Formats: sequence, structure tokens, C-alpha cells
Amino acid sequence: MTLRTRRAVFVVAAAVFAGLLLWGFGGLPRFGTFQGAYGLVLNHTAVPERHITDVVTAVNFDYRGFDTLGEEFIFFAAVVGVTVILRAQSDEAPGHIADYAFGRAVPPTSDAVRVLGLGLTPPTILFGLYVIAHGHLTPGGGFQGGVVLATGVLLIYLAGELDDLHGLYTVPALERAEAIGAGAYIAIGLVGLATGSAFLQNVWPLGRVGHLFSAGTVAPIDLAVGLEIGAGLVLLLVTFLHQTIVLRRTP
Amino acid sequence: MTVLETMSLLLVAAGGTCVVAVRDPLRQAMLAGFFGILLAILFFILQAPDVALSEIVVGAVAMPLMILVSLAKIRGGQR
Repeated sequence: MTLRTRRAVFVVAAAVFAGLLLWGFGGLPRFGTFQGAYGLVLNHTAVPERHITDVVTAVNFDYRGFDTLGEEFIFFAAVVGVTVILRAQSDEAPGHIADYAFGRAVPPTSDAVRVLGLGLTPPTILFGLYVIAHGHLTPGGGFQGGVVLATGVLLIYLAGELDDLHGLYTVPALERAEAIGAGAYIAIGLVGLATGSAFLQNVWPLGRVGHLFSAGTVAPIDLAVGLEIGAGLVLLLVTFLHQTIVLRRTP
Repeated sequence: MTVLETMSLLLVAAGGTCVVAVRDPLRQAMLAGFFGILLAILFFILQAPDVALSEIVVGAVAMPLMILVSLAKIRGGQR
């Protein structure tokens, strides 16, 4: 197909698409109107019923906790898949970073990056732990906090070398942490079954609204998810970086 | 719709167009990260801080990083 016909096809398709889009926009409710009865009900019942102040977390880890369990295992399967695909092949061996530099000197990490990276690492990890621990009180939770934790680990790599990470977080330890996080979610759900209620039913003491120890099973699930996501993402980063920086295809 | 909402919507539209218009994957990865921050600002203005937090950590940090590392691996063997 020549460029001319391709452009003609594009112009016709774009015009039809724009017309349909405008037609569709015309039928939309006004900006900001909300018609979901479920959301309105939850806004009124979540605080008295579950002693939780972040309704989004209440939906994710309590009312629809079973759906989130599925999401957790999607992430779990994705990490397992990536580590399997990126494992060292039989024709790959550890090499040196200078192999790909083709005669150029590998630039050292600048002092500015080093200082900024090391200076930001402790606050980032602390913030990650805070976001995980306060998931039921303020915006955030296990998923967001776990990724922030992993970002803190990434800063260690930015400020130093990949070897620094291997010393701190060996791969078997990461795998275990990820598996424990995923398993803990199910274990917390089974507590509901064991006490004669439903799977993932919020049967733990609810505590006082707004306190750190409140909202029943939501806070422990936050911790489990934080552990799984944090460990899983660090495992993902380490595997990716190992494959990119360390492994070389042997001729 | 307030001025702030309109502005952030327009910024997201402009950012998304930039990501598509740039053809070099390396620049695209950087722009995708920037686009993630723009989206996070929009979510925050629309009072969805939970989603904004997820968008920052995934869209602006994790995803561009994965693209960059993959690009480094793909280009590693070539001059």
C-alpha cells in the first residue's frame, strides 16, 4: 500500500471514528455525576460497619477481597513467568559491563547521583512502610506501599552497583518473601472459614475508627500484599538487571 | 468542570499524543514516565488519591524502567 492510499484510509477512518466519538460524548452524563448506587451505599456503611476510613481499601481488601486475591495471583504468576523467561540460558554466561562499551570507558556513577540516591533511600523505604501500614486509614495500601519499597531498593542500585543489591537481597530470600506474602493472604482468608464464617470475611476485632489497629483483617492483608508486591517487584528488577547487565551470550 | 480539571485533562491529552508521536523507543520510555505523572495529577485532581499513588509508582517508575532495561538488553549486542 502506498503512503498516499494509507493516508486516505487513515483520514476516512479518523473522520468516522471522530464522528462516533462525538456522538458518544453527546450521550454521556454531565461531568462529575455519579450514578453508582454501590459506591454511595459503601460511603455510608464502610466506617460504621468495618471501622475503616479509606473506603477504596475497604472495597479492595474486604468487600471485594476475593477479587483482589485473584489480582495478587496474577502478579505472582507474572513475576514467576518473568523469572522463568529471563533465567540464564545454556549459551549465556556472566560477563563484564565493559563488554558492551566497545572501547569506551564506562562512566563512573556521579557523586550527585550517589549522594541523592543514598539520601533518598531511607525516607523512601520509611514512606513505603508508612503507606502499607496506613492503608486502611489514608490513601494507599499494600500494593502502592510495596512498589514504593521496591523503588527504595532500586535507589540503592542507582547509587551503587548491582552487586550491592545481591548482597542485600539474595534471590531465594526474595522468592520466599513473595510466596509468604501471597500465602498469608489466603491464610487470613481461611481464618474466616475456621471461625464458621465465609472465606475472607472480616472476622477480626475491628478496633476504634481511625486507630492504627483497626478495620480487622484489612490491615494484616495490607501487610501481606505489601510483602508480596515489594518482594516480587524487587525480584523482577534484580532478574531484569541481572539479565541486562551481567549475562552475556557466549559465542 | 473547574479550570484545574480542564488544564490537567488537556495536559494528559497532549502528553499521550507526544508518547505516540515520538518514534524513538528510548525517548518514548522517558515520555511514558512523564505521561504517568500527568495522569497521576489528573487522578489526584479528580479526588482519586489511591489510584494516583498507584499510577505514580507503576506508570512513572516501574513501567519506564522495565522498558529501559529491555531496550538496554536488546541494544546491548549492537554497536
